[in-house]
Amino acid sequence: MSARIGVITFPGTLDDGDAARAVRYADAEAVPLWHADADLRGVDGVVVPGGFSYGDYLRAGVIARFAPVMTSVIDAARKGMPVLGICNGFQILCEAGLLPGAMIRNVGLHFVCRDQWLRVDDNTTAWTSRYDKGAEILIPVKNNDGCYMADKSTLDMLEAEGRVVFRYVDGNPNGSRNDIAGVRSENGRIVGLMPHPEHAIDALTGPSDDGLGLFLSAVDAFAKA
Amino acid sequence: MARVVVDVMPKPEILDPQGQAVARALPRLGFTGVTEVRQGKHFELDVDDTVDDETLAKIAEGFLANPVIEQWTIRRVDA
Repeated sequence: MSARIGVITFPGTLDDGDAARAVRYADAEAVPLWHADADLRGVDGVVVPGGFSYGDYLRAGVIARFAPVMTSVIDAARKGMPVLGICNGFQILCEAGLLPGAMIRNVGLHFVCRDQWLRVDDNTTAWTSRYDKGAEILIPVKNNDGCYMADKSTLDMLEAEGRVVFRYVDGNPNGSRNDIAGVRSENGRIVGLMPHPEHAIDALTGPSDDGLGLFLSAVDAFAKA
Repeated sequence: MARVVVDVMPKPEILDPQGQAVARALPRLGFTGVTEVRQGKHFELDVDDTVDDETLAKIAEGFLANPVIEQWTIRRVDA
């Protein structure tokens, strides 16, 4: 039986289609999850995709964090279910307190949309086991509020515990502290990143297929569970 | 009924790219002498008598502001 990975749609979500496609490329079943429905439909893991949930009103991700589906995701994540937050999904996981830190407006105030090199600094998570530590991958970044911020003690803790999963290389696109592109929870089951691995799963439609490894890693993690 | 004002500002140690952009624009418009600008959010809430200070504190801390990057003040004003 193939793994079942839920993909959430909020009002204003844009990348649920590509996230579901990436799940299918990894030979898993993509299960649509609706923001107003608390039922997780028995999924093994969840992808919180990118976009502009609730129009980014108030702060990016803050209103989505209170949606019925997120109450269930937060419960399940605290019990160890793998969760991946991409872009707005990363912002939502930070607002939900599942990941440390917060995102502010990009330094320079531009919406940045480009193919971006990242280094995989932690391959011990449920979402990155398919990568070699130190591998450099090329995947698109596209956001307005992508500047990762946390206080110094939090940054020191993340660095000391090796919880920076992805780091920008060849130029920091948004001013993120310590060039942080993605971080993980203490147990490595929850990962969030601003760039979009789901847009880089096939050389025909993206800059590379480097992003597919996240979804394949999750499928491996479910097989072991 | 009462009017409650919640002001939310980026913490002093948190970078404020929007405030910086405003500060940089002022000399170009001919306004000199402004050394720093910080940009935040101002909320006006009309609340009835059932909303106590503790509830207002929860609204501010749990929703209107993100304590990771922002600080806030709450005050009741005459509507």
